[in-house]
Amino acid sequence: MMRLTLTGGMMATALLAAAPTYAQPSGSATLDAVKARGMVICGIAGAVPGFSLPDSQGVMRGIDADSCRNVAAAALGDATKIKFTALTTTNRFTALQSGEVDLLVRSTTWTLGREANLGLEFAGINYYDGTGFLVKKSLGVKGAKEMDGATICVQPGTSTELAISDYFRQSKMKFTPILIQDLAEIQSAFLSGRCDSYSTDSSALATFRATQPNKDDFVLLPDIISKEPLGYVVRKGDDKWFDIVRWTYFATVAAEEYGIDSKNVDEKLKDTNPDVRRLLGLEGDMGKALAIDNKWAYNVVKQVGNFGETWDRNITVLGVPRGINNIWNKGGLHYAPPIR
Amino acid sequence: MTMPGNSAPAALHAPIDARDRPPSSVYGPVAWMRANLFNGWLSSGVTILFGYLIIRAAIGFVDWGFLNAIWTVPALPNGNPDPATCRAVRGTGACWAAVGDKWRFITFGRYPYDQQWRPGICIALFLSLYVMSAMRQFWRKELAFIWLGILTLIGVLMWGGVLGLRYVPQDEWGGLPITLILATFGLAFAFPLAVFVALGRRSTQMPAVKLICVLYVELIRGVPLVALLFMASVMLPLFLPSGMNIDKLLRAQIAIILFVGAYVAEVIRGGLQALPKGQAEAADALGLSYWQKTMRITLPQALRLVIPPLVNTFIGFFKDTSLVLIIGIFDLLTSGKTAMSDPTWQGSSTEIYIVMAIVYFGFCFAMSTYSRSVERKLDSAHNR
Repeated sequence: MMRLTLTGGMMATALLAAAPTYAQPSGSATLDAVKARGMVICGIAGAVPGFSLPDSQGVMRGIDADSCRNVAAAALGDATKIKFTALTTTNRFTALQSGEVDLLVRSTTWTLGREANLGLEFAGINYYDGTGFLVKKSLGVKGAKEMDGATICVQPGTSTELAISDYFRQSKMKFTPILIQDLAEIQSAFLSGRCDSYSTDSSALATFRATQPNKDDFVLLPDIISKEPLGYVVRKGDDKWFDIVRWTYFATVAAEEYGIDSKNVDEKLKDTNPDVRRLLGLEGDMGKALAIDNKWAYNVVKQVGNFGETWDRNITVLGVPRGINNIWNKGGLHYAPPIR
Repeated sequence: MTMPGNSAPAALHAPIDARDRPPSSVYGPVAWMRANLFNGWLSSGVTILFGYLIIRAAIGFVDWGFLNAIWTVPALPNGNPDPATCRAVRGTGACWAAVGDKWRFITFGRYPYDQQWRPGICIALFLSLYVMSAMRQFWRKELAFIWLGILTLIGVLMWGGVLGLRYVPQDEWGGLPITLILATFGLAFAFPLAVFVALGRRSTQMPAVKLICVLYVELIRGVPLVALLFMASVMLPLFLPSGMNIDKLLRAQIAIILFVGAYVAEVIRGGLQALPKGQAEAADALGLSYWQKTMRITLPQALRLVIPPLVNTFIGFFKDTSLVLIIGIFDLLTSGKTAMSDPTWQGSSTEIYIVMAIVYFGFCFAMSTYSRSVERKLDSAHNR
């Protein structure tokens, strides 16, 4: 009996002694898995211009793709340690729930239903979108309120369809929907004049308008009739990972606010502003609090860029104005709480 | 002494082109046209109408596709192509520059750009594998080893990670190699599966095996391939323990094998049923075992009978691989559609669709032509 206890005690001591030689678990199953495989797996759409679309060389471009790279740069210190998984609107949530992807940045609208029912939570918003209307200038329409009786081209089964019918019912106006599934088809229907207006997310409308040879013949109405905040989604129950994803987004916004970009970030290391020094990991151990490297935000800005750079690279080139997607002190909605 | 009528044999001995030909009203292209295209005012009218429409369409296509087409576009200062000239001719001319810019993406998907020679070689290997398997002098046991060797080589090239090749995960594969992989592996595994299911379904001595085969065929045939793919991609991961992820491509591949297997099994069963009973009875009378009878007597004859429906199934299934589009696998069609959504080339979808149609047509037409030639060769025994 005595012998047994002794052996047990020795084994326990041995285990205790051995424990520190293993990698310290971070308290986040997702972060541990990411570190073990050396790669962040990110769910994206893979076919939405401006958000995630491979270029002619097959490199994934877009604001969603860069948001994924931000997380890889923060968690692993290397923005190239990222694996993109193309997901459709039907299998995106399953892929996240089953652990096939670590996070989902797939122009997914943050709604109560999704957050409460699906076991997922939204860690941040990288794009404030909304349903808009594109009309021909020759129609002379100045605002959505003048669209009574219009025929509107819209994709069936989308949140756009719902938003339009809600809006017209509320404003006691009538409209005739023309439902077309295929994107190219719907655009040619609008161009050929089958409908007075083409309605979808305003980002897509701006892109479409910008690629027309006679783009000045079309007007994007100023009214945005629905809120479509698109963002980062993670699984519920892994708060540490949630923190990393959320604060990665905040770090890009804060970097833009402090004027830190991928070109001047090395000079900014000499900056005396304590906010900048904390962000870049020179003091305060901010990264350690997130269980990642203290240089996390430096890596993000150096390798991918601040929020404004990401925006300009992917969205401005499509001809979409920054609008409410500017940072808070320039009239937009992107606001980062203090990093301290 | 002159023989009466000896001028006629002289004419017969004259060279062939000096002989009288039948008048052009009963022989030659003009007569053929009169007999088939213009034999009556209704027929003439239809001929003229369709001739006009065909010529109009052809002229329109040549105008659009060649004369007014834009083949290259200048580059912008930032190195991207400038699509302005293409947009200017939209509707009147084709923009082949879009295909020129995107062809590598359409063919290879998101495979790393500097490594794309690897899937390129894989396509060539697949094609040579098809050609070799089609030639009768290669139809021996060694062919199985050639298949094994080439498929291993393709795996090494695509994945890498050995011999100094960089490792490329499946998520980055795409384009034509994916279509060929899905089709080739689908066929290679579905065919033997189908043979066993067909035999099992006809079994009289093993009711349990028969029941399983019937259930398998009926269940799989009862749902569309899209539903199977959805189950493989959406539902299966939820049933697996968390952290265990079977690759998306593998899941789709298995779904396709199961689906094709069920259809091919029914085709083969049809062939087995069409055989005269006497063949099997004669084999039994000779004292052959079940496997000898099946492998040497019934199955070879049955397979020969079902070549047309078999090829029909294969062609349909080759095109069905494009359905993996809905679960986000970058096969040829998906990468083409992704290339189309590039805002730079918006409006050039017709050109890209045409190129993809040509690729699919090439493969399907080759299959059907080859099957006809095999039928002719195997049928020669009947015609003797």
